[in-house]
Amino acid sequence: MLKINNLHASVEDKEILKGVNLEVKPGEVHAIMGPNGSGKSTLSSVIAGKEEYEVSEGEILFENENIDELSAEERAHKGVFLSFQYPVEIPGVSVTNFMKTAINESRKAKGLDEMPAKDMLKLIKEKSELLEIDRKFLSRSLNEGFSGGEKKRNEIFQMAMLEPKLAILDETDSGLDIDALRIVANGVNKLKNENNAVVVITHYQRLLDHIVPDFVHVLYNGKIVKSGTKELAFELEEKGYDWIKEEVNK
Amino acid sequence: MSLKDKLVTSFLAFENQTDIDSPIHEIRVEAIKEFEEKGFPSKKEESWKYTSLNSVTKEDYSVFPKKEYALEYKDVKPYLIHDIESYKIIFIDGKYSSHLSETTHDKIDVCILSSALAKAKYNDRVMSYFNKITNKDSLTSLNTAFSSEGAFIHIPKGTVVEKPIQIINFVTGHESALMLQPRNLIIVDDNAQLQVIERHQSLTDNAVLTNVVSEVFAGNNAVIDWYKIQNDKQNASLIDHTFIDQKRDSNCSVHTFTFGGKLVRNNLNFFQNGTHVESTLKGVTIIGEKQHVDHNTLVHHIEPNCESHQDYKGIFNDRSTGVFNGKVVVEKEAQKTNAFQANNNILISDKATVNTKPQLEIFADDVKCSHGCTIGQLDENALFYMQSRGIPVKEAKALLMYAFANNVLESVRIPEIKQRVKSLIANKLGVNIGFDL
Repeated sequence: MLKINNLHASVEDKEILKGVNLEVKPGEVHAIMGPNGSGKSTLSSVIAGKEEYEVSEGEILFENENIDELSAEERAHKGVFLSFQYPVEIPGVSVTNFMKTAINESRKAKGLDEMPAKDMLKLIKEKSELLEIDRKFLSRSLNEGFSGGEKKRNEIFQMAMLEPKLAILDETDSGLDIDALRIVANGVNKLKNENNAVVVITHYQRLLDHIVPDFVHVLYNGKIVKSGTKELAFELEEKGYDWIKEEVNK
Repeated sequence: MSLKDKLVTSFLAFENQTDIDSPIHEIRVEAIKEFEEKGFPSKKEESWKYTSLNSVTKEDYSVFPKKEYALEYKDVKPYLIHDIESYKIIFIDGKYSSHLSETTHDKIDVCILSSALAKAKYNDRVMSYFNKITNKDSLTSLNTAFSSEGAFIHIPKGTVVEKPIQIINFVTGHESALMLQPRNLIIVDDNAQLQVIERHQSLTDNAVLTNVVSEVFAGNNAVIDWYKIQNDKQNASLIDHTFIDQKRDSNCSVHTFTFGGKLVRNNLNFFQNGTHVESTLKGVTIIGEKQHVDHNTLVHHIEPNCESHQDYKGIFNDRSTGVFNGKVVVEKEAQKTNAFQANNNILISDKATVNTKPQLEIFADDVKCSHGCTIGQLDENALFYMQSRGIPVKEAKALLMYAFANNVLESVRIPEIKQRVKSLIANKLGVNIGFDL
């Protein structure tokens, strides 16, 4: 589904990714861990198509197609979803209408008619229940004045609405209390099937108790320096990242 | 001949042709003298520093209406708020169109100034209000000199007018360039309520310069909502002078929506001549190309315990230019004044310009006055966020701009106007989305 070959990316002439290789197949859950500043968020932004990042070398293949030249919205239409570490507040646009616009624009891009209002309401009801989201919440301005937990729950709600093939969860666990973490993880697990894939980007092992990865990768200094199974996450949790740094710098 | 000379020399012919015996003859004569002395304002004047009239005064305008032209309802329907019941006072090239209008004298007077001036029973009322609260600046004086036609509305004590009144000036383009001086006189007595929709609309690309004056009197506890929809053709310019006199406990609002026109200057003046008065001034401006829009507001707090709220949003594309000059004067007696002013702007193009200047003159010591102005760009992070959800960049920008302007629409009390303005915004931003936010 996703194949990243020797990806180099920079922002304002500063190289942040220095040759990342990663392959994600349908049905898999991958975790990308690493210390602060290792390039985790850059990797997710580059996959999602943020323009300020320059890909200088390598390629990103999504379903065997090079998506490097595609805009963020075109990638979204193909089924790429990024859950933001810091979801942006958009005053004046309600959660419901933001979702309506997003879904109908995606449908338009695929040559489909707008979703009938009745179906839309049904979908919103079903998905908001999955994330235990209150109805009143949906008429509020997107992310404006939301608590950290509400923002993250809202991200996964959007993921549930859009049903992407590939979901990248960037530090979704940060700022979550244990109840919110459980709700978010539960939502992700319910959406998971053999045709889609999830990439969890996290600093801590905590979320991986709930969303169990098939593979764990360590990103350090712009490269994936170590890959393994979920046991690697436990090891990192226990020993920290210093031993990895030492191993790499040897 | 310059436009000024043309206007001054045409004055006699104008009065001879229209109504030399008019009760306002003396006032007109004084006014043309005033205009002759001052001429068109130049950029040397502080309040015209950022707006030059050179590009609009160079045309060879026909300066007062000579012929009557007719329009069919279907030609004008798109410019009316036609999905609600309303009174309509419609002018075509400066002449009243009884065919398209819907006026009344049943309990309220919704009619025209020329007939109010001509009929003895209205004379006293007209004379006790006409030209009483205007400034004596050159352009207002020019309008006064040529004033003969416009809306005349009188709402007696305690009457709530159920239907809004649409005042619309159409220009047919039969004249290659036309200058208009509409003059509206609106008197709303104690405890009465009124809603007005005002529009100036050219139907061709011929040059038009409209110099309109509206005098509005709000009695004790009166409520007036005024909506100005400014979406004129690219060669039509508008200079609007609106003067609102508010008595005790009255509540007046003016919403100005500006999307079209070559040059638009709105001079909006509120005089709070009573205690516990509330004044609201709001505007959304979305322009591009080489359009120019200048909002020049004055709120004069004269009595204690009054409020004013100003909120102007502007979005500027291409080489367009915007001006906001908001003056708040709080007199010594006007204690407990609460005056709020905001002007926020987004520049979409690096060639667009905004000059924003709040001016506060406060002589009272127990007041709350705040003002703030911002000039910014669209939030790149918000755009990426929306794009990552599948919303194309053009629509994402439109949605952000709409959301930015949206709170100005919240106080619009006629849903059909809100709807119309939303579709004008979508149209202006070149997107086909509902904005049912």
